[in-house]
Amino acid sequence: MATASHWLSFIVFLPLLGVPALLCLRDEDHVWIRRVALVVSLVEFVISLFLLPGFRMGQPDYQFVEYANWIGNAIHYHIGIDGLSLFLVLLTTFLTPLAILCSWTSIHENVKGFFIAILVIETAMIGVFVSLDLFLFFLFWELTLIPMYFMIGIWGHDRRIYAAVKFILYTMFGSILMLVAILWLYNLSNAHGTGTFDLPTLQAQLQHGIISLPPTTELLLFCAFFLAFAIKVPLFPFHTWLPDAHTEAPTAGSVILAGVMLKLGTYGIMRFCLPLFPYAAHRLAHIIGVLALIGIIYGALVATIQPNFKRLVAYTSVSHLGFVILGIFSFTTISFQGAIFQMISHGVSTGGLFLGLGMIYDRRHTYEIKEFGGLVNPMPIIMAFYLFIALSSLALPPLNGFIGEFLILIGVFQYHHVWAAFASSGAVLSAIYLLWSYQRVALGEVTVEKNRSLTDASGRERVILVTIALAILFMGIASPLFTRRMEATTDNLVRQTQIEGARQDAKAPPPTRIAPPAPTGFGAAHSAGNRLTPAAPAQARLVNATTAAQVNP
Amino acid sequence: MHFSAEQVSNLHRLAPEIILCLFGIVIMLLDPFLGRARQRALGWVAFIGTLAAAASLRLMYLDQGYAYNELIRADLFSIFGHAVVIGAAALCVLGAINYLDDENLQRGEFYALVLFATAGMGILAGANELLTAFVGLEMSSISSYILAGFRKRATKSNESSLKYFILGSFATAFFLYGIAMVYGVTGTTRIDQVQPALDQIISATGQVPALSILGLALIFVGLGFKVVAAPFHIYGPDVYEGAPTPVTALLASGPKAATFALMLRIFYVAFPGEVHFWFWAIWGSAILTMFVGNLAAIVQSNVKRMLAYSSIAHAGYILVAFAAATVYGVSAVLFYLAAYTFMKVGAFLVVTHLGQQDERHLEITDYAGLGTRQPALAVCFSLFLFSLLGLPATGGFLGKFFAFQAALDSHAAFGPAIVWLVIIAAINSVIGAYYYLRIIIAMYFWEPSKDYTPSKVPLAVGTALAIAAIGTLYLGILPRDVLHAAFAAATSLIAR
Repeated sequence: MATASHWLSFIVFLPLLGVPALLCLRDEDHVWIRRVALVVSLVEFVISLFLLPGFRMGQPDYQFVEYANWIGNAIHYHIGIDGLSLFLVLLTTFLTPLAILCSWTSIHENVKGFFIAILVIETAMIGVFVSLDLFLFFLFWELTLIPMYFMIGIWGHDRRIYAAVKFILYTMFGSILMLVAILWLYNLSNAHGTGTFDLPTLQAQLQHGIISLPPTTELLLFCAFFLAFAIKVPLFPFHTWLPDAHTEAPTAGSVILAGVMLKLGTYGIMRFCLPLFPYAAHRLAHIIGVLALIGIIYGALVATIQPNFKRLVAYTSVSHLGFVILGIFSFTTISFQGAIFQMISHGVSTGGLFLGLGMIYDRRHTYEIKEFGGLVNPMPIIMAFYLFIALSSLALPPLNGFIGEFLILIGVFQYHHVWAAFASSGAVLSAIYLLWSYQRVALGEVTVEKNRSLTDASGRERVILVTIALAILFMGIASPLFTRRMEATTDNLVRQTQIEGARQDAKAPPPTRIAPPAPTGFGAAHSAGNRLTPAAPAQARLVNATTAAQVNP
Repeated sequence: MHFSAEQVSNLHRLAPEIILCLFGIVIMLLDPFLGRARQRALGWVAFIGTLAAAASLRLMYLDQGYAYNELIRADLFSIFGHAVVIGAAALCVLGAINYLDDENLQRGEFYALVLFATAGMGILAGANELLTAFVGLEMSSISSYILAGFRKRATKSNESSLKYFILGSFATAFFLYGIAMVYGVTGTTRIDQVQPALDQIISATGQVPALSILGLALIFVGLGFKVVAAPFHIYGPDVYEGAPTPVTALLASGPKAATFALMLRIFYVAFPGEVHFWFWAIWGSAILTMFVGNLAAIVQSNVKRMLAYSSIAHAGYILVAFAAATVYGVSAVLFYLAAYTFMKVGAFLVVTHLGQQDERHLEITDYAGLGTRQPALAVCFSLFLFSLLGLPATGGFLGKFFAFQAALDSHAAFGPAIVWLVIIAAINSVIGAYYYLRIIIAMYFWEPSKDYTPSKVPLAVGTALAIAAIGTLYLGILPRDVLHAAFAAATSLIAR
């Protein structure tokens, strides 16, 4: 759906526009630096809300599409959203102002750099969610790393450098193999004269059998993509960077990391791995499902015994994101919807947990659980809201966490009974670690003398807590508003991942969404074949049959 | 005086070299007339010389073809190569002006030698004949030997010069020996006539003459030395570390680019039929080069030496594109060289500036807290490092991107070997991330060190850094024009 407006581009790049504004301010002018950053992010949130009325339900195509040639004819500036990315964009724009608010007083050094990092990261994350060109996607994907690296490394806690390096090396290792896979896909499509990085086009070519993908190649490509995403999620054996990064990051960093960045991984799986390589996805679904189950249970068990409150919450992400992966690899409409819903609701609730933790940390400068106890006496408001958020995280009906997990479990049950059985134990375990930790931290008598004099939530903190609580409640009660907008997308995804589908049967009508984008108005240069560079004359190739024959006469 | 049309064309096709040499000679002539204090003006003269040489590429472009009895070939490929080496020289001259003041070495001959070396590199990029290439190689090498030892009183600089000279002489000897063998088999030293001659022999005898392969192997040894590819890299880090830092910037970019251009011409034009032999040499060398460069760089604490090893690693990535053996490979090599020149020269110029007098501050601890002390410089350096590392929106990323793409594209010809090469290159770029990030950690995450205060960035260095930074970003975000130029250059090399 090519529309003339540049609404989506505006949303992507607006935070970046705030950067020169911040650079104009003096370094010491902390008040205005904060205000400008907050205003930019709030404006961003408001304009992103306008996506909702413009978004047409029941429409599986990408919407708000923008399309322009960029490098050669193969790489395009192609962006758009569907029911999957819509809410992730909103989640990003919703959490960023909160992340800025929670850093209001806790960041003292290099304040300007910190807020620049947050704004850059917002652009990069939204860019990932809206990119429909593999090159553009990869660009934004890697761009998310740099500001997060600085955020952990400069404003983090004691072991920040170790955590920052671990974070970036892990992620880069995964993504570099994805780059190779992206290039491989490009070359495959190039072999048929229309080399492109355009996701919908590639998808159409794969589904119509224009690009033939031998099973082994498909499996390898799937693995290269999946590894990058699995590290980001993080799926069970690749999760070890997460607790360190979370524990060492400043509060805003944790909120963004847990709230949005982990979803880059699950988003990538749904956007790329499944539709591009459905056969491989089905072949590996059992292994991945088991890994996700291990993640759910292992993450929960490890979280239970953490002595560090922040590390505890970090491990809950491993557990909760395991549900999302399980939902994705059950290949049913309802589990897909559950997975998307769980992504959003995990973003809000875990983001909320980290925000609450940040408030405690601002007062006590420690995360050790044994340093706390009876906190509900000095700060009843914060701890009450914390409990509310924790309840949403452990999936208490009718809060948001319940909807996501419930939908996923229904879907998983249709696909695999045993998985569902094990997965539900994760829900029970989450009640254990969240309530037990809450009990140790908040309930009872004040055990550490210092804690008696702690102040309760300030006005700014109340705003944060109330916003999160309202979002949780709203998502729980008004969940159909969300799922209805996802339906077309998830149905489409189910169609694309049906393995006895279009690929062998070329006569089957192509699914609607994968129609190649209309290049109207952007200098349609498709007919000449999409190459990075102009087509080479045939004799330009060194390696051809004659020369090869020469060597071995 | 009247020139015939052919002579005019000859001059056009050799214009950059002529201009560079003229400026070099003018600088030498002016040198004695200027007092100590005014010698730095010669630096600006040299800079104008490089600009004039760059402008003269236009003449070359308008009047392409063979020059001087077909010894020189002025084609788009040659023009691209010229542009890269002249750009590197211009940036290095800018970076050297203040450095020489600090070191009390301000002398016109420095700039003259840089210009002569650049002229030699230009000949390498345009040579259509092996002996002409040899002359160009010697011209750039001998100037470089002197430049490497320009800090006469520093032991390390002497070591650098001597090592470079002795090993460099060996390498050129290998190269010459290789030329002799090729000549012995084919009866020609013209690069574009080797292939037809070999074809005749093959059709007569039914096999590839072993001597030609041996000659090619020796040529590879000689040129592999010049591009600092493993296993001929041993001298590299010592020479790069000892040479004055602006010279290191030049050595790491200019000769490497020019020699890769010559290698492309020899391998792709003279020996395309032997691709199944030389592919494996390039393949093995690429893997070795990447691992040696990256693994050795990890353990360095001296930033200059670390960047020296990193430039070895980058030769490896370029060889990955080289191994593709297609027109895409050529264009990827050329694009990589352009991006590499900006980021590497930029990085070395930052090191130049921070080194201060006698190059005392080269340790990674000296970079501590640069991010808060000199934010602009630190941002520039980070940009170069991210580009060397290969993060998107920088020229270095697209360089790797096109290199990997070109190599994967040749999958049909070389099978899984080249896929593995790309995967190894990809893994190597993650290994590389570790040591580039260490510098960034020092700059941003460490407390500033007490006993060192960096000085303000002077105008010349600032200009050079700004050009390098803008170039790095430009190639990373809007690569279309340069990419098309590289592709046109590649086509002009292969499809005659």
